[in-house]
Amino acid sequence: MSSLLDSLSRFYASSIGKKLLVALSGLALIGFVLGHMIGNLLIFAGPDAINEYGHMLHTMGHGGLIWVARFGLLAAVLVHIVATIHLTRQNRAARKDAYGKEATRVATSASRIMIFSGLTILAFVIYHLLHFTVRVGNEYNNPALYTAMLDGQPVHNVYKMVIDGFSWAPASVFYIIAVALLCNHLSHGFASLFQTLGLATNKTWPLFQKAGHAFALLILVGNCSIPIAIWLFGYGR
Amino acid sequence: MALLNLHLKVWRQTGTQPGHFQDIEAPEIPDHASFLEMMDIVNERLIRAGQDPVAFDHDCREGICGMCSMTINGMAHGPERGTTTCQLHMRKFRTGDTIWVEPFRARAFPVVKDLMVDRSAFDRIMKAGGYVSVRTGAAPEANEIPIGKDVADAAMDAAACIGCGACVASCKNASAMLYVSAKVGQLNTLPQGHAEKDRRTLAMVRQMDAEGFGNCTNQYECEAACPKEISVRWIAKLNRDYAVASVKEVVGIGRQQAGDGD
Repeated sequence: MSSLLDSLSRFYASSIGKKLLVALSGLALIGFVLGHMIGNLLIFAGPDAINEYGHMLHTMGHGGLIWVARFGLLAAVLVHIVATIHLTRQNRAARKDAYGKEATRVATSASRIMIFSGLTILAFVIYHLLHFTVRVGNEYNNPALYTAMLDGQPVHNVYKMVIDGFSWAPASVFYIIAVALLCNHLSHGFASLFQTLGLATNKTWPLFQKAGHAFALLILVGNCSIPIAIWLFGYGR
Repeated sequence: MALLNLHLKVWRQTGTQPGHFQDIEAPEIPDHASFLEMMDIVNERLIRAGQDPVAFDHDCREGICGMCSMTINGMAHGPERGTTTCQLHMRKFRTGDTIWVEPFRARAFPVVKDLMVDRSAFDRIMKAGGYVSVRTGAAPEANEIPIGKDVADAAMDAAACIGCGACVASCKNASAMLYVSAKVGQLNTLPQGHAEKDRRTLAMVRQMDAEGFGNCTNQYECEAACPKEISVRWIAKLNRDYAVASVKEVVGIGRQQAGDGD
């Protein structure tokens, strides 16, 4: 037993071990980001569609599955952040004296600001959860204001919450900035994870790279369409 | 032949003492001189003026030994792709240019003097697993083990690594992954290296980590700086081999005691 734990802690202690964990947690988070966006786009299918979707998420498996998903995501986020902070600190320590003349040949700007884009996205995620999931500092938990009828049954009015949430300019602006940084983060991270997992070969790499850029763009356009439609074009208001 | 008048900013340092950039004027440098020959001319003049010449590493001056180093204008081995410092020629510069000349900077490569760094960390990584174990005695028949041409070619691509350390110097994190992946990959690709594949992969990566190199962030500055143009796809293979070897080690596959998992 202890030798198994020794092997596991040796795996985490190694550079590639931590990187593999970052790649796998990143892959899980990419899956979430895509699912979350597709779900949210239901706002354009009208109030019933997104309210039903929200109700379904909260009642799956007698209301238990959402907690499984939440704890899974929390674990992925923690692994992703703790390991990258460890790695970044080691990277800083590996070159004590900086070059007097610094040059960059091929590294993209996105790849060079991963830790900053990542930590800004983390700050946004905390704000976003307080805004729409915990719902503090707003009336979204008030059943008198945010209840909709769905097939004769009262459910939380997700549609009205989203419209009201993005009608406030600062919320929309922070959201758009965070999604732009997420797009930047993914433009390096998506393809990079396949290199770390050892799946990048001369044959597959161009595909991973193109898919990464396309995915990052899809996330940018899909997510930003919601606050832009509501805040700038008055959708649903 | 044209003559170049250059302004050099050269890093001067003795051992662990703090270093500094020294401004050195380098007038009338022939444009057909190599970068190292330019440094030779500069040193001749420093010696004649009674000053301390600039220490730098060099050996074959044919681009194959991996001894010369120097970071030139922020680029390991200078601005030319696939070229060592000794094969870089002064015609690539213009008269009046200011050239920054620095050592390969990494915690794992301590400065010995000026532009010379101690790259023995690479030797210790090789010692950890960069070999194949063979029975001694009569030389075996060369063609006893059939090796496909594609396999031999791939192994040769990795074996082109001259261990100069430009990958470490150019990496934003001073990571040695391109070097280690070329050395591990060369042996792991060939049938002679299969017997010790997992042990080699784990041992060489652990030694790399212990030496204090940084971690790869897949930015590929190493590939751009490598004088032998080693592909970063070797790093992907190292990641793959390391993942497989780690899983086997964690669950105990491959250990030779009976009942111990195998």
